[in-house]
Parts: sequence; structure tokens; C-alpha cells
Amino acid sequence: MADEVKLHGVTGSPFVCRAVIALNLKGIKYEFVAEDLSNKSADLLKYNPVYKKVPVLVHNGNPISESLVIVEYIDEVWKGVPILPQDAYEKAQARFWAKVIDDKCLPAVFKAVSSHGEEQAVAEAHEALQFLENELKVKGIKFFGGDNINLVDIAATFVAFWIGAAEEALGIEVLSKHKFPKLTEWSDNYVNCQAVKESLPPRENLVAFFKKRFGKA
Amino acid sequence: MPAIEDSGVVVLGWWVSMFTTRVRIALAEKGISYEYIEEDIPNKSPLLLKHNPIYKKVPVLIHKGKPICESLIIVQYIHETWKEGYPLLPSDPFLKSQAAFWADYIDKHIYQVVKLTWDSKGEEMQKRVEEFLGYLKVLERELGEKPYFNGESFGFVDMALICYYSHIIGFGKIGNFSVEKDTPKLFAWATQCMKRESVSMTLADPNKIYELLIEIRKKNGLED
Repeated sequence: MADEVKLHGVTGSPFVCRAVIALNLKGIKYEFVAEDLSNKSADLLKYNPVYKKVPVLVHNGNPISESLVIVEYIDEVWKGVPILPQDAYEKAQARFWAKVIDDKCLPAVFKAVSSHGEEQAVAEAHEALQFLENELKVKGIKFFGGDNINLVDIAATFVAFWIGAAEEALGIEVLSKHKFPKLTEWSDNYVNCQAVKESLPPRENLVAFFKKRFGKA
Repeated sequence: MPAIEDSGVVVLGWWVSMFTTRVRIALAEKGISYEYIEEDIPNKSPLLLKHNPIYKKVPVLIHKGKPICESLIIVQYIHETWKEGYPLLPSDPFLKSQAAFWADYIDKHIYQVVKLTWDSKGEEMQKRVEEFLGYLKVLERELGEKPYFNGESFGFVDMALICYYSHIIGFGKIGNFSVEKDTPKLFAWATQCMKRESVSMTLADPNKIYELLIEIRKKNGLED
């Protein structure tokens, strides 16, 4: 019996993108159900009544919500390219870094962007991003997953692609090359991975979105 | 002293921390013996700061000298490392994803019970009590008619929530609500959970938690 896989999402969301990358990495055939967030489908509300948000993965009628939960589910159900390490300790470390990204980096970067690069907000974003910079520097690794991307790289997708688009749209600088040489190098390598390249939204759409959402009139 | 880091399991914790309780419940369910080191919060030990430099928080589980931080991640690590004994997570990937979802919901919404007791009063407090009860009711709906969130047996989500119970009781006294009256299903569920040795031996004394909350509120000028 063939698997039925659907992903409810919007192309501009970095959270939806995490799920798309995981699906593409595993070579899973799925249907992308584009949602209009100002007019959410009955299905979305049925599948994610708690948050009413995207992404939602629906696998043979079973809905899974929350991007990192979705990515781990995909890794567990479909073998092939591994997203999480096999070793329990390494797995715990990967989960930890994904949490640091969501707990510390994401809110700080969001604040730096939505405040138009306000000094204190950018300083806090730098403090959060420094954790990632140090991790790459200390370990001397190409990706957070080592030679190949893993859960942590996927969690950090917004760093590699969304920050740059926001910077261009708003004329601000958050991820400067001289302050974050390793993270900048990682970003360039990451967006060029096949599975990532085919999952990212068109950059000009993202830039336009940031201009519209946060741009000064 | 250095020998402790290299042998077996060590847990750095704090009796007040529901996250520490969570990890200790998991270890007890698995029957894993460990060395427990009570941190003197807020005077965090060099050992804690060394092993959790980013968050600087308890609990930290140190296994054969290697630290694991963040309680839900620790519980998953315990489940994956000690495969025999009581299953802490479902084996079915979909059920596992649901467990992860609800544990995450709990930490996103129930954790604020800590902040609520420390820094609000009067009308503002009542508003937040209403909101908090709303989240408990979402959890009650999820529990439904099952004896545990995990179904017939105590599991990951049960562990994720029961560790907050002493704090919720304390908050109920301060915010003037009753788990027994306002969320009777959750009350029944909690009573059931507390029959388990892993929970009854580990959960902080609700009276001690309440006394601590009052002390903090007095310091913050919220109580006379």
C-alpha cells in the first residue's frame, strides 16, 4: 500500500522549510498543501487544533505538528539518509543544539530583524549566534552534523537563508562575515546542499516579504 | 572528587526544580542507581557551570563523565541508553511524535506557573489564573477517558506533567483555584500517578514548595 504524505505549509516559513528539507533529503514523495494563513483550511484546523499553525505533516491520515517533531518523525519512519546520529549521546547533543537554536537564536534574531537592527537587539542576536559560531570553530566541522547535514543544520536553516534576505530587505547587518566567519562559511555550504537547494523558497520572494512586513513606510 | 565524574550516573539537581524531578522519576522507573548532587541555587557550583555553560541550569545528567542537559532530552537519552526495563517512550513513531508534541506543549504553557507565582497579584493574577486554567483544560481534553496520557500505562507525557504538580497545588493556593474542583480529571490522574513510587518518592513536598513561593512573593512585595 502506498504511503500518503501531505505537508500543510507556506513557502516563506523557515519552519515549513525544515520539514521540506527533511522530506527531500529522504526522497519522500509528498503533496504540498499551500495554506493561506489569513484563511486557514478546515483540514489544517482539524489537524492542528492546538496551535492552528504550519507546518503539519499528515502521514496516512495521521497529523504531526511542530517542525522539529516532524523532522524527527520523518527520520524515524523513513530510513536512508540519516538526520539524527545513531549514538544516544550524539543524538542528545543534536537535540540540545536544536533547542538552543529555537530557545535562544531564533527569538533574538527575530527581535533584531523586527526592530530594524536596533543596537541592543543586534547585540543579543550576536550573543546567541556566537554559541553556533563557537560550536563550529571548536569542533572544526563543515556542518553541525560533521561531513553531512543533520538535525541541527536543518534547525538552523533560517540562519543560512532567512537572515540574509532580511538584511537585504531592511538594509541591516546581523550576520556579519568578519564577526561570524565560520557561520558564514557554513551558510554558504549549507544552502548549496542538494536537498536544501531544492527546498528553499525563491530569495526575491523572501526579500519582498521582509520589505512588506517590516519595512519602513 | 574527580572520580565521581567518570563513573556511572550523576544528576545535578535542585529540589525545587520540576525538571530535576522529571529526570529522577525517569531514572527511578528504569531502576537506575545514581549519585544525586543537590545544587545550592542560586550559588551554582563550578561543576554545573562547566557541564551546562549555555543554560547554566539544572538538571544535568552526567553519564561516564559526559553531560546531557535539558530534562526532556535527558529522559529520551535514558530511554535510548537503557533499553531494558520500563519503557519511557512509545515504540511506535506516530505515538512517539504525539508524546513529544504534548511534552513540548506542557513546557511551553505550564512552566509559566513558576513566573505566575513569583511576580503577579490581584487582578493581573486572576487574569493569568484564567489563562493557566485554560491550558490545564486543554490537557484534560487530551487525557480524555484514558488513565494516563500514555494510555493504559504511565509514560513520557505523564512524567512531563506530574513533575509540576507540587507547584500547581502551590499556585492554586495563591491564585485561589483548586485542581480537584476546577480540573477533576487531572486531579484523578495526578492522584493515580502519585501512587507510583517513582513519583511519590521524588515529587517535592507541596507544603515546602508553597512556603518557598510565599517567601519569594514576600521578597517581591506581593504578600504582606
